[in-house]
Amino acid sequence: MKVFVPRDSAAVSVGADRVAAALGAAHPSFEIVRNGSRGLLWLEPLVEIEVDGVRHAFGPVQPQDIPALALTGDYLNSDLYLGITDQLPWLVRQERWTFERVGIVDPASPEDFLAHGGLSGLKAAMAAGAAATIEQVTASGLRGRGGAGFPTGIKWKTVANAVATSHAGAPLGSTTHKYVVVNADEGDSGTFADRMLMEGDPFTLLEGMLIAGFAVGADTGYIYIRSEYPAAIHSMQRAIEISREQGWLGSSILGSDFAFDIHVRVGAGSYVCGEETAMLESLEGKRGMVRPKPPLPALEGLFGVPTVINNVISIGSVPAIMSRGAEAYAALGTGRSQGTSVFQLAGNIAQGGIVETGFGVSVRELVQGFGGGTRTGRPIRAVQIGGPLGAYLSEAELDVSADYEALAAADAMLGHGGIVVFDDTVDMATQAKFAMQFCAEESCGKCTPCRIGSTRGVEVIDLIVRGENSAGNKELLEDLCEVMRDGSLCAMGGLTPLPVLSALHKFPEDFEPESQRRKESV
Amino acid sequence: MSIFPPDRVNVPSDLGTPDIDSTEIVTVNIDGNLIDVPAGTSVMRAAALAGQVVPKLCATDSLDPFGSCRLCLVEIDGRKGTPASCTTPCESGMSVTTQSPKLDKLRKGVMELYISDHPLDCLTCPANGDCELQDMAGVVGLRDVRYGYEGANHLDAPTDDSNPYFSFDESKCIACSRCVRACDEIQGTFALTISGRGFGSKVSASEGLKFIDSECVSCGACVQACPTSTLQEKTVIELGVPTRQVKTTCAYCGVGCSFIAELRGNELVRMVPDKDGGANAGHSCVKGRFAWGYASHADRVTEPMIRESITDDWKVVSWDEAIGFAADRLKLIQAESGIDSIGGITSSRCTNEEVYVVQKLIRAGFGNNNVDTCARVCHSPTGYGLKQTFGTSAGTQDFQSVEESDVILLIGANPTDAHPVFASRMKRTLRKGAQLVVVDPRRIALVETPHIKAAHHLQLRPGTNVAIVNAMGHVVATEGLVDTGFVQDRCDMVSFNAWRDFISLPENSPEALESVTGVKAEELRAAARLFASAPNAAIYYGLGVTEHSQGSTMVMSMANLAMATGNIGRNGVGVNPLRGQNNVQGACDMGSFPHEFSGYRHVSDDSARELFTSLWGTEMRAEPGLRIPNMLDAALTNTFRGIYIQGEDIAQSDPNTEHVMAALSAMDMVIVQDLFLNETSKYAHVFLPGTSFLEKDGTFTNAERRINRVRPVMPSQTGMSEWEVTCALAQAMGYDMHYNNASEIMDEIAKVTPTFSGVSFAKLDKVGSVQWPCNDNAPLGTPIMHVNKFVRGEGQFITTPYVPTDERSTRKYPLLLTTGRILSQYNVGAQTRRTNNVVWHQEDVLDIHESDALERGIADGSWVEVSSRVGATRLRARITDQVPAGVVYTTFHYPVSGANVITTDNSDWATNCPEYKVTAVQVQPSTAMVIA
Repeated sequence: MKVFVPRDSAAVSVGADRVAAALGAAHPSFEIVRNGSRGLLWLEPLVEIEVDGVRHAFGPVQPQDIPALALTGDYLNSDLYLGITDQLPWLVRQERWTFERVGIVDPASPEDFLAHGGLSGLKAAMAAGAAATIEQVTASGLRGRGGAGFPTGIKWKTVANAVATSHAGAPLGSTTHKYVVVNADEGDSGTFADRMLMEGDPFTLLEGMLIAGFAVGADTGYIYIRSEYPAAIHSMQRAIEISREQGWLGSSILGSDFAFDIHVRVGAGSYVCGEETAMLESLEGKRGMVRPKPPLPALEGLFGVPTVINNVISIGSVPAIMSRGAEAYAALGTGRSQGTSVFQLAGNIAQGGIVETGFGVSVRELVQGFGGGTRTGRPIRAVQIGGPLGAYLSEAELDVSADYEALAAADAMLGHGGIVVFDDTVDMATQAKFAMQFCAEESCGKCTPCRIGSTRGVEVIDLIVRGENSAGNKELLEDLCEVMRDGSLCAMGGLTPLPVLSALHKFPEDFEPESQRRKESV
Repeated sequence: MSIFPPDRVNVPSDLGTPDIDSTEIVTVNIDGNLIDVPAGTSVMRAAALAGQVVPKLCATDSLDPFGSCRLCLVEIDGRKGTPASCTTPCESGMSVTTQSPKLDKLRKGVMELYISDHPLDCLTCPANGDCELQDMAGVVGLRDVRYGYEGANHLDAPTDDSNPYFSFDESKCIACSRCVRACDEIQGTFALTISGRGFGSKVSASEGLKFIDSECVSCGACVQACPTSTLQEKTVIELGVPTRQVKTTCAYCGVGCSFIAELRGNELVRMVPDKDGGANAGHSCVKGRFAWGYASHADRVTEPMIRESITDDWKVVSWDEAIGFAADRLKLIQAESGIDSIGGITSSRCTNEEVYVVQKLIRAGFGNNNVDTCARVCHSPTGYGLKQTFGTSAGTQDFQSVEESDVILLIGANPTDAHPVFASRMKRTLRKGAQLVVVDPRRIALVETPHIKAAHHLQLRPGTNVAIVNAMGHVVATEGLVDTGFVQDRCDMVSFNAWRDFISLPENSPEALESVTGVKAEELRAAARLFASAPNAAIYYGLGVTEHSQGSTMVMSMANLAMATGNIGRNGVGVNPLRGQNNVQGACDMGSFPHEFSGYRHVSDDSARELFTSLWGTEMRAEPGLRIPNMLDAALTNTFRGIYIQGEDIAQSDPNTEHVMAALSAMDMVIVQDLFLNETSKYAHVFLPGTSFLEKDGTFTNAERRINRVRPVMPSQTGMSEWEVTCALAQAMGYDMHYNNASEIMDEIAKVTPTFSGVSFAKLDKVGSVQWPCNDNAPLGTPIMHVNKFVRGEGQFITTPYVPTDERSTRKYPLLLTTGRILSQYNVGAQTRRTNNVVWHQEDVLDIHESDALERGIADGSWVEVSSRVGATRLRARITDQVPAGVVYTTFHYPVSGANVITTDNSDWATNCPEYKVTAVQVQPSTAMVIA
């Protein structure tokens, strides 16, 4: 019998390894597959049993449940039985493209990858040719899923049109290059899609990079993974080794004359290295500080050569787009936000996890429909979208469509698709202060508004809630936020005002000293 | 209606970002003014050129734009937000607004943040009145800091006073990174970084060390770049902000950096490198920038002194008495022993004008050609070798040329220590991708230094230079790497063919010479191919080339290589001596050699002699006079009895000290003109106090033939200029020599020297500097020589057989000693030992390889005796792998070290330049007590 126990870090954090061990001990004859996570995180460890080619889900399973689980026949009577996995409503309501294989395949198995359609995107791209591939990616409407939302096809075209150069400072006549860099420095609070893709279906990310490399004429790819993701680092390194053995990486990929190799680089614990130019500095072995643009990394990127920089989800979406069709992908979503978004539900939420669906679903549908409201059962008071630098939405705003344009119109942003829910016990002045503290903690220190402004921001919010010259300090906070927003070198300082001002404007009562005193007295 | 350059606006001195070298011109609209700038120019620079000064703190035009301070934000039509003008390149048709209520508010907001973490002690701050932060607070109109001063701050941050010359007051730091970037981009040492992040970001020397303990080389670039008082000269802290400025030229090495001396009254406060300096373009090193305190050292002798015998005490006398005493005795000697029994030595430390009058005194006043100069002991082979091959006794390039080089062959030079400002320029080129081949027995810093790694280090055995370059020539000639087009067009084919036949002989192959040089044939071949195949390959060299028995051969050998590969006559190529002393080029140019008048015309040249005879009113001798070694030898036979030595300490600097001392002791009149009593003055009868460069009026000529003005920064401490003293001596000797000022001397030099005919103080004051030849053909001078034609017509190849030196290791003296300089000290140390530079180098040490030390039972830091066949001295040992086994190395900055006690009187066959770089020695542990 084939049993699936996820190896995803989220599942492991709630006991999946112990469940797998217990299963193996109790049923030595079982074939235990350590798959990725299906994304229903509140049900992890979610164990699947394959019967007659159909996978049945149980969860959350703990080691002590193993003896009780009648795994040999009448499992349908188990309290933990959830149903046929593919028919679980949470999954049925999704449109899985980027995550089409995550949770289904064994991430360490190239055979499993191929059996589930792996490399069909690369084959389609190579059959179509570089220019047609870029056209397809452009036609799909795919935009940067890291948060900036820049059209991926246009970025690729810029790099494709650029002439390969040798490294800045390399001797005359040195080898010329173009690079593909994947930003896997997933540092936003409430985000985990990059990690789950890398842990659950690493070959797809490599396939996406190969397609990008083929399309733009690059020879090498780098995946910059944050050091806090040891399992993802291991998963990608293993997948790279396997791919080299399989001939998917190297000098003649799939028998063609296309040569490409990929390396993993591990970050050193800096949030700002998720900013693409700081990431390039870090990749070059330098202090992770933001570079001014121009020059665009597409023209002068890693080591000064033309470089595609894509988020994990952006580039991980390309294989599906190439194999299943750009038009079908573009048909999903709404307006200029085409295709699917991999939303991540987190915070105080009953049903957290991955929801990949077309843009345009409402935030309310995500947090209440999928998410089932708060975990505490108390009313939702605020939702933060797009990481620690994303705006807070009030409960009244939750009907907003989750897409780039609608959120921007609501002075918010989609960011990397992380959604963090707060119930009515949240103190929004504390949240505003947290945003400034986060910025102060993570600022690279290069530009003045971010370097000094974030520290002053913490202090000014403290003065406001203490009631010291509250009106004057609120005005000062507004001015500070303007300087940070319009004056900062990168989005770190530039976006910090978003959560601060959204909290101040939408929850003004939390910034009144009386409110603070009341809370302290409780 | 384009305006460029704008004629109706005041262009600020700092344009914010560097000049862009582009032929494409774009037109941008800055606040309604159209301006044309090279494509890629920053909006900030364009605005400054248009007279619209955008506020800035992190930007300065000596550094690449950084974009951190966010004061320079502007608005650009059609673009979102407020981009930084320093990092935004101009694009055609761009329309920029530099002033608006929105921008005013942002800038004020940024400045409010800065000041919320800055001490409010402007009135008592050393930078008061010279602080960009203070200026910008004024410019943006900051009136209130609403954050108050109770928040987090760095006001209690400590001050690092460890460097003798500048302090680092962290409490005043605005984290603009200008110091870090200056250390990286300008100096190339990478000693500084920002440690921590966010609000905790701080400047850190070598990751948290005190400046003095860090990799910092005290070049001053960071101090220069600092916009506040964070990095501040201690003299400014002590004395206050300077009130007047005088542009002048450094008197240390042959780079010849231009400085602005900043004073309060006649008190020198600081020396600031001149951005417009032709040689240094705003950079400096620890010596020129900081080590000028010797000029007012208590040891300075400011009054003339005489004594009957060298065993007597000195007696302070008037100028008249001293000069009269000297002249009378010189005349007596000539009466007794003949006209050739006296002579003199000019100084490479003195101005062209001072040198010129000394050689004129000797040729016209003494009536002989017994004049020589300290270049005898350094670059005389350069003059000889380059004259033979190219036709000019000087380097072929300007310093800037190195920026165009693709491959640099560096032989026997250690620029990061000895020519640091040029080294920084070279390092910039190397970081941009030029490749480096180092030929040196020692692993000098450039072999591997941050962001630089030499492609090849040919670690040859000392004394085998010619074998190395011959082998390279062999590879070029036998592997089809000769630039035949260049050779046919530009060179003498008979000489080329002879050279080719010679160099192609199997005995010159890398394989044949491997056992001689110790350099692997394959590596040598690779280096030769790299050099020969580069679009632009340049040779730079130092005393490691010249101070050998085959010094002149080696110079010609390099010239052959450069000609054979077509690397002469344009930017990025050439044969370039890195000259040691500030005016060694000039001293040679001025006719300091016994066989040459100014401009390198031989004394046997009738027309030249006629010119001088008629102008100076006295007959010129057609036979060359005595060289320094000949003078010393003649002294021991009593045929040479009187000498006038200007600014040179031959008893310390010349080889075989014992011989020098014996010769000096034998003379009846030794006149020393210097700042300090020195080793040579122990044998002197007359001491004429000299002037420091701060008191001189004249010119120095640097290694790139650049004639720089030296201006009197303060009055002479002796009351006399040195040339006036020389003239007075001439008068007393009976020869009428008179000038009203130094400018008149240069006018005479221009009149008698074809390569200087276009030079005058007036022109130099107007254009800054010129490189000779400067004449009607090249009124503004000649940066690159031999452009379409060699000065001698066709380039002359000379066959250069390798002849091993007689000085070789033996059983008795199994090691080879070589000598050199270090960064903080200068030559015999007369100046630098009298400055705070001694904190970096308190004594000369002997570098020895671990295996040689082990074999002899020598511990690191222990005293050793170094002996050669001529003498012995004691030094402390330093065990290092910078020298290979079999080679030991020391510096000669301290008289007590007596490095030249052991160097021999071997010398270059053509010029008698001493073979300082090879002495066979033995090293043994010394039981002697530590010398106090």
